[in-house]
Amino acid sequence: MPTKVIMPQMGESVVEGTVGKWLKHEGDAVEQYEPIVEVETDKVTSEVTAVTGGTLLKIYVDEGQTVDAGTVLAMIGEPGEAVPDVVESEVVAALGHAARGSETPAPAAAPSPAPEPAPPRASTTHVTPVVARIAAEHNVDVSRIQGTGHGGRVTKKDIMAYIESQPAEADLPPWERPGSGDLFKIEDAEAAAPQQAPAPAAPPDHVHAPPPAPGQPGDLVPHSTMRKRIAEHMVLSKLRTAPHVTTVFEADMSAVMAHRAAHKADFARRGINLTFTAYFAAATAEALRRHPHVNSQWRDDGVLLKPEINIGMAVALDEGLIVPVIKRADELSLAGLARLVNDLAARARSNALAPDEVQDGTFTITNHGVAGSLFATPIINQPQTGILGVGAIKKRVVVLDEDAIAVRPMVYLSFTFDHRVLDGASADWFVAEIVKLLEGWG
Amino acid sequence: MPEITLIEGLRQAMDEEMARDDRVFITGEDVGPRGGVFRATVGLFDKYGADRVIDSPLAELSIVAIGIGAAMAGMHPICEIQFADYIFPAFNQIVNEAALIHYRTGGDWHCPMVIRAPYGGGIGGGLYHSQSVEAFFAHAPGLKVVIPSTAYDAKGLLKAAIRDPNPVMFFEPKKGYRLIRGEVPDGEDVLVPIGPANVTRQGTDVTVYAYGMMHYYALQAAQTVAAQDGIECEVVDIRTLVPLDKETVIASFKKTGKALIVYEDNRFLGYGAEIAALLSDEAFEYMDGPIRRLAGLDVPGVPFAHTMQDLFMPSPEKIAHAIRDLAAY
Amino acid sequence: MATDVQIAHQIDDTGVDLDAKLLLELYWQMVRARRTDERTWVLHRQGKIAFHISGIGHEGIQIGAAYAMRRGYDYAQLYYRDLAFAMAMGYTPHDFMLSIFGKAGEPTSGARQMPSHFSSRALGMLSSSSPVATQVPQAAGAALACKLRGEDRVTVVTLGEGSTSEGDFYEGLNWAGVHKLPLVCIVQNNIYAISVPVHLQMAVPNVADRAPMFGIAGAIVDGNDVLASYRVMSEAIQRAREGGGATLVEAKTYRPVPHSSDDDDRTYRTRDEVETWKQRDPILRFQAYLRERGLLDDEAIDEIEQRVRQEVDEAQAAAEAAPYPPAEDALYPLFKPLDEEA
Repeated sequence: MPTKVIMPQMGESVVEGTVGKWLKHEGDAVEQYEPIVEVETDKVTSEVTAVTGGTLLKIYVDEGQTVDAGTVLAMIGEPGEAVPDVVESEVVAALGHAARGSETPAPAAAPSPAPEPAPPRASTTHVTPVVARIAAEHNVDVSRIQGTGHGGRVTKKDIMAYIESQPAEADLPPWERPGSGDLFKIEDAEAAAPQQAPAPAAPPDHVHAPPPAPGQPGDLVPHSTMRKRIAEHMVLSKLRTAPHVTTVFEADMSAVMAHRAAHKADFARRGINLTFTAYFAAATAEALRRHPHVNSQWRDDGVLLKPEINIGMAVALDEGLIVPVIKRADELSLAGLARLVNDLAARARSNALAPDEVQDGTFTITNHGVAGSLFATPIINQPQTGILGVGAIKKRVVVLDEDAIAVRPMVYLSFTFDHRVLDGASADWFVAEIVKLLEGWG
Repeated sequence: MPEITLIEGLRQAMDEEMARDDRVFITGEDVGPRGGVFRATVGLFDKYGADRVIDSPLAELSIVAIGIGAAMAGMHPICEIQFADYIFPAFNQIVNEAALIHYRTGGDWHCPMVIRAPYGGGIGGGLYHSQSVEAFFAHAPGLKVVIPSTAYDAKGLLKAAIRDPNPVMFFEPKKGYRLIRGEVPDGEDVLVPIGPANVTRQGTDVTVYAYGMMHYYALQAAQTVAAQDGIECEVVDIRTLVPLDKETVIASFKKTGKALIVYEDNRFLGYGAEIAALLSDEAFEYMDGPIRRLAGLDVPGVPFAHTMQDLFMPSPEKIAHAIRDLAAY
Repeated sequence: MATDVQIAHQIDDTGVDLDAKLLLELYWQMVRARRTDERTWVLHRQGKIAFHISGIGHEGIQIGAAYAMRRGYDYAQLYYRDLAFAMAMGYTPHDFMLSIFGKAGEPTSGARQMPSHFSSRALGMLSSSSPVATQVPQAAGAALACKLRGEDRVTVVTLGEGSTSEGDFYEGLNWAGVHKLPLVCIVQNNIYAISVPVHLQMAVPNVADRAPMFGIAGAIVDGNDVLASYRVMSEAIQRAREGGGATLVEAKTYRPVPHSSDDDDRTYRTRDEVETWKQRDPILRFQAYLRERGLLDDEAIDEIEQRVRQEVDEAQAAAEAAPYPPAEDALYPLFKPLDEEA
């Protein structure tokens, strides 16, 4: 019986993929786990490996074609085996969910169906709310537990006892278990993070208390190095280099909030704190991809369109601010962005960033809303062309198309741009793109 | 430390508050020289005189209404209704007047009064000396409803009620008047705040919520099932029915996941129904079994013949049985 | 029969010794209450307010009673027709206008109660509600409190004759008799309890006939004669203040308007009867009395009307301009906090 090679679902909200490059051709022998084809989405490039060994009998989708997740790309089997000319698509779960028995992943609008339900139990007992909750929190398949309640029901005591007797994380497939956070294991004692550390506790999306101001009224507080540098940069940027114009848009965050609510727990199980910043970063990265003129730098002889999209995130420190950079932000999935955003922010605050992590940014996002600010006129981080200020998300009364009045979580986006490079119209189209992406999330 | 009965705790409370505050006076049927039909006010007439311990006409409406007017005019009356079964002529004055005065005048007037009445069955009192009425009053916004179950709480809660600037319905489990005894310190101001419930026994398997005589029985049942079946119950004495201490109620349920609510009032729409609804609404994800109520029958309470009375009334044995059943779920 | 009651047309000022200034003040109070009340009817018929329950016709007993009290010291617990009484106690047309429009700042209840539920701690008016006669035993309780404290403060409570059928009336006056309480209970007998005539309300010709039943004093007065009312009330209040116990005062009066803005009184009485009683209007009678004594002439009457008119106009304008209470005011605390008691 030939085995199908299927287009996977490569991200939370990704429903299709593009065949990049066939690494194997019809008639080639393939080994189990050998990569056969590269597939791409807007956010990530990935390889599909052979589930079994055999011969690549037939390829159904050519390079460059974009197909839905679940589409059969090819067949592997015994040489000479008959394969159909047309094959129906498969039903797939988003990557990473296939192994979970009793859970039901549910990306908000994407047609990703639930995985197969756990095999029915012999008894007709049900799961009480507390047992269901504990099972979900610990990723436990209740059907595996021996129950001592009525009719063999699994009681709270039963599941708690079961959990206490299990080794940690035994149920997670290997690719679900979070790594150390370092891309390479560094033997050096100055390693940024210890081995096997869980994802660092991410800063919650709430207001940070203002840092204590040094000195007493009447004192002359000498400049720290950081303060001098910030001052120099701000003067250089705003007063000597770029003509600054700020345009403000508002975005309805309902779709993002719904998406986040639906996925937060899921992400948490993978060790990722899904913050709003990740969504803003993702939307901005995509908008920059579609508007390369914003991801640019003014030079006397022309506007240089930067080859990579490296988004800096301004992080407030007690003594000033620092801007760690998410390299190639457009190639990361939401999960990847969320993880990196939190990691960089945490290390920024503990002064543990590597030099190259604060360099080569092409665009900056500043989250000035964390302390309640609604909109602002941020200063461009030279030599970039624009900086996006994200204000506080606040529930407001809005008028919908049909003149109905609703209460929605709204956020102001303040985009300051270099008017040498962009005009109002092109700047506005860029921000409108971000708004569209946020409002249509999922 | 002296050990006193529940009713002695009440008497001491009234005595001390009368001594402390000139605004406090007592009125009701037979409260004067007779000292009350249960002797809750014995000795107070001699000590404070006819101007402060006033025998009222046989007219419950007026006992309460006089109290309301006096309270508005600055006194802190304690109005006794001889049996809770007889409170209904005063129902209008309680739920339409006393309960509303603070709210309807935006705080301009208030109504600091205590309406005390013995309630509950199991004493061979028949249909008109055994009723539980707390649900009617707990339902009306503007009244505090308090039911002590120990001698200490009887004294401490009644003192707090007398000092409270609001109308407090104070129902006393008459079966426990002399049956319930406890240590109550001498010479100090024993005050139990109105509001907080009391976890009187810690446990992990089942939470038993109760008040009044039923709390007394619940503790007995908890001891029995611990000794005989190894079931460790947490017992919560509600004490203040309104305003309910939701935090304590929910916290205990989160611990055990199983709730048994015991009350001797008629089961249908009795006070325990509110606790059941609250737990199901606000602690659903901690539920490990159905929320059960053990209560009086849905017939007039309580029929006279002891066979019928026994069928009607919850008892320590019935409570233990219900606990075992729920623990095994 | 309702029209069998014999009422005099003249003012009986026997034993009443008030100076001209005070007499004119009584007149002004009656007119002020009347015009406020009439304006409220107009506003209702204009569709500007939802509900009005009127005191027109009762000004004689109410003003007479209020002025017989030591206002600011004695307590009053009123019923819904007592607009004139309340205004004599210090309640203003502006206060009343706020209540009929249900606006923020309404002093008796923050617009939580319907209008005409008079209450003010500062003015000594105990809170009143809608269930009738509940105020009688409560007022007795207030009187008891005064007695227990050894004060010479008197409590006056009022109600209509229909309300005397409630048990509360008996229980309250019973206490008053047993404990010789400093209480004066005024029954404003206007012959109708909504539509039910007095002979279906009681088998005795006078409410005051019941006073001996309680062991208290009784008195009957022409409620449309402000001076006679003043005298009778002064006697009753004096009795109470001096420890002589309670009095049940029955004021014979009439309600020339329907029970409330929703009532159609054509269904239960004749126009003739109403017109007859209008001839005995307390304001017209007192006006005639004052004219006879040279204390009022056309000019003075006009001046008073102008002054009153202006006050009512300003009150209405201010109330109409006032904001509605925020919806959250419905969540006013049920309980007074523990440590705030004065």
